[in-house]
Amino acid sequence: MLRGLWKLTWIEIKIFMREPLGALGTIGFPVLIFIGISRVAGRTIPPASLASSSFIRVGLPVFASLLITVNCVLSLVTIISIYREGGILKRLRATPLRPQTILAAHVIVKLALTAATLVLLVLAGKRYYPVGVHVPLIGFTFALLISTWSILSIGFVIASIVPTARFAQPISAAILYPMLVVSGLFMPVDSMPRALQLFTRVLPLTYAVSLLEGIWKGDAWLTHLGDVAALVLVFVVCTALSAKVFRWE
Amino acid sequence: MIPLQRPRSVIQVSGVRKTYGHTVAVDDVSFEVNEGEIFGLIGPNGAGKTTTMEGIEGLRKPDRGVISVLGLDPFRQVYKLQDRIGVQLQQAQLQKRIKVWEAVDLWASLYGKKAVDAERLLQQLGLAEKRDAWFMTLSGGQKQRLFIALALINDPEVVFLDELTTGLDPQARRAIWELVRGIRQQGKTVFLTTHLMEEAERLCDRVAIIERGRIIDIDTPERLIDRHCPERTVVLATDDPKAEDCFRAIPQVASVSCSEKRLTLRGLGDDLVTEVIHCLSENRIRVTEFRTILPNLEDVFLKLTGHSIRE
Repeated sequence: MLRGLWKLTWIEIKIFMREPLGALGTIGFPVLIFIGISRVAGRTIPPASLASSSFIRVGLPVFASLLITVNCVLSLVTIISIYREGGILKRLRATPLRPQTILAAHVIVKLALTAATLVLLVLAGKRYYPVGVHVPLIGFTFALLISTWSILSIGFVIASIVPTARFAQPISAAILYPMLVVSGLFMPVDSMPRALQLFTRVLPLTYAVSLLEGIWKGDAWLTHLGDVAALVLVFVVCTALSAKVFRWE
Repeated sequence: MIPLQRPRSVIQVSGVRKTYGHTVAVDDVSFEVNEGEIFGLIGPNGAGKTTTMEGIEGLRKPDRGVISVLGLDPFRQVYKLQDRIGVQLQQAQLQKRIKVWEAVDLWASLYGKKAVDAERLLQQLGLAEKRDAWFMTLSGGQKQRLFIALALINDPEVVFLDELTTGLDPQARRAIWELVRGIRQQGKTVFLTTHLMEEAERLCDRVAIIERGRIIDIDTPERLIDRHCPERTVVLATDDPKAEDCFRAIPQVASVSCSEKRLTLRGLGDDLVTEVIHCLSENRIRVTEFRTILPNLEDVFLKLTGHSIRE
């Protein structure tokens, strides 16, 4: 059923790397923000309180990681809409290539990209974080991949509705960045006004933040099953929705 | 290759209708395509050519009517069908930065049966030197040749070519025509659409003329011309003053018009030219110019629709 998947995935990775600006922006942007904030924080906050500042300890890595996710989704939506506008999707569909294979290849490319960027982030972080702080990196990577996978499905819904490739980036940014702001990363969800709390609870990024923060702090996966379930639910709903409304041309 | 028995039909279209909203794109379209021929669907832009073709390829479901390709239902058995046909779509693109060999390699991996030798295919299509070039750097003609390569990669029985030479310069166009004739020589059936009458006339064994979603007539280009435009025209130049009267005496000549030394004779039927030549030699009329003007598909189209295909 998935004939051609690995070949298409590998070709898409190579094509992505051939577009220097796109590759640099998607991978470099989260790392640069992370390094920038860490440096400023490192200078203004005395080392003693560094360890106790929960945003620097937990929030910042999660924020940078979610930027990777958001960037991947933005790039997915843009690529899909460019492919649609250029007739590339239609051309691929007129082969025995199944539609789901084409989309699966793009999801795999984005997940690989997420993992690669996270590695860079960790390497950069080694300079700013005290040695010996234990972070469950493998679990965190896994959590980030689940989050990205789930949020990419929102990307497919957005990619289904954007009218032209020109609107793809701004529309998806307008949807994703506000989600990030109210996700509980910068302000605990419990301290928000009630109406906003309700709103926040239906946003998938909130669960991604909760999962990522928890795993980063060393929580057991069992305590975050609810978050994982919410992310899976988002994936199922969005995939079903985009299967209905997705346009190939 | 001349088939000995009655040719087998590989595509059957009957009573197909497709509407988009309130617009009827094709209506009651029926025709058959025989094995090993180049069949052309010709008509102006927006006449329903692509809709018809994409219905046959299984990319669009007709509202009504029956289509069968190689004995398969193109919509229900689309994956089975796609293994046996090759498709080139109108105005298709590939990823800007995909290399020529990568596209061919990807396509070759998609089919159940063994693909043809990709390197040899690139060689045949004159793309061997471009195998490492990005798609976006190819010229229009090279892109179309790549699309032909992709359409041939699975050694298909039927090849679909939609407006293959639109936007190409005359030289590139002629080169593509040669390639299409080569496809027929391999025993494959070619179904193509074009709005270029010259292309249809030079390339197609049979054509169907489509206008506003309906097929007006189907036959070989020669028979269509004979049927709808039997007029023949002879233009000649002579100083002989008695020439005009001699020509008027020929029964097949319907009219003679004269401007300076040049006479234009119009009439019906293939005999006209013979009779005029006969008359010239019998009356020892010396001519300094002699040419015949034969009607072409363009004239057929004009006659059948009342307007030129370019309008």
